[in-house]
Amino acid sequence: MRRVSRNERARVSLTLNGRKLAGEVEPRMLLSDFIRHVLGATGTHVGCEHGVCGCCTVLLDGRAVRSCLMLAVQAEGRTVSTVESLAGPDGALNPLQQAFQSNHALQCGFCTPGILMSFTDYLERNPQPTEGQVVDVLSGHLCRCTGYAGIVAAVLEAAQHHKRR
Amino acid sequence: MKPRPFDYVRPDTVEEALDVLAEHGEDARILAGGQTLMAMLNLRVVDAAVLVDITRVPELDCIRELEGSIEVGAAVTQNALLAWPPLAHKLPLLSAVLPFVGHFQTRNRGTVCGSIAHADPASEIPLALAVLAGEVVLRSRRGTRVVAANEFQKGMLMTAREGDELITAVRFPVRAGAAAFREVSRRHGDFAIIAVAAIAEDTDHVRIGVGGAADRPAVRRIRASDASAVRDAIERLAWELRGHDDIHATAHMRRDLLRRIGPLVVREALQCAA
Repeated sequence: MRRVSRNERARVSLTLNGRKLAGEVEPRMLLSDFIRHVLGATGTHVGCEHGVCGCCTVLLDGRAVRSCLMLAVQAEGRTVSTVESLAGPDGALNPLQQAFQSNHALQCGFCTPGILMSFTDYLERNPQPTEGQVVDVLSGHLCRCTGYAGIVAAVLEAAQHHKRR
Repeated sequence: MKPRPFDYVRPDTVEEALDVLAEHGEDARILAGGQTLMAMLNLRVVDAAVLVDITRVPELDCIRELEGSIEVGAAVTQNALLAWPPLAHKLPLLSAVLPFVGHFQTRNRGTVCGSIAHADPASEIPLALAVLAGEVVLRSRRGTRVVAANEFQKGMLMTAREGDELITAVRFPVRAGAAAFREVSRRHGDFAIIAVAAIAEDTDHVRIGVGGAADRPAVRRIRASDASAVRDAIERLAWELRGHDDIHATAHMRRDLLRRIGPLVVREALQCAA
């Protein structure tokens, strides 16, 4: 049984984007803050901090989850992937990112990292989604500037790319 | 916002979890998927002295087929149940209901039992459990008890769970092929303004449940032999609910929505049964 008292700092190790990393946290530290402030990967954005906006969505063992609704200590020993994992080592965008760019699926970009991570999980499970299915998954995110039409088009185009491969 | 400080405990077994609950009682909060509890902690609308994280207790992370029912453990996520291959055949009502619970991303972590434990009156899983006349399995160091859904959910966010008890599982009776569900909400994934679920017991009788209107799901067995009998039964139910006004809808609107959706859901359940 793992116990961490409120005044204690626990050492948490996890795999972030393929690298084994560790940091010291209070039990109440959110995974989103751990990723950004302790591990320094600031691609994950934090919006509402109560699970509504979807900005902070990351992959936990391959599944899209809200990192603001999880504690850092809960991610101990787990694999976390953030938006930084998507592009190639040379910075080349992956097909999903490419499709976002060519369909003008972002404007300010604040919500984009979370949306990319959601569809990274979803397209893995359902590589040929219908427009309705894409809209349903997208309903777990808020975008306040560009609107959703471009995002839906981008995801469908990325699925087409996947099909051609 | 960030939560206030708390102690964190992550038991490896149910026995360890029960020991912690016996020690701390009401001061402890059970953390499963956290899709409601973490938001409430972040907003500081609830406090916990001790958080008991049960997500790594292997015996709670399983779906089991019992005689006549399906038992879903406390660590099973909503998406895991949705992806369980026999679900559409064994529990068609859950197949219909789960896509309305939160969003894809929250269902990846949110648990089936967590929704039952939270007991939001507008929540879909407690409604499904009530309509199916399911059961909640509670364990403590004092023993195990199995409580019927309608005795478990007492009212607005209130249940029969004692402070030292852990919901280890819920049991959904198997009802193949005769279920229907509809809801009205501001946006898909929001809590229901009104949610209606029905199962056909035979070609003449339907169990209908309504969520979102009263402080807990209301379930009635109604005669569905002809359309006017259904309309009358739903009209009676609409007034019995004593619906409330809130920022989403008035009680009047809720009654009206029930009058419109209720007969459709009953008809759909009967069509499934036929």
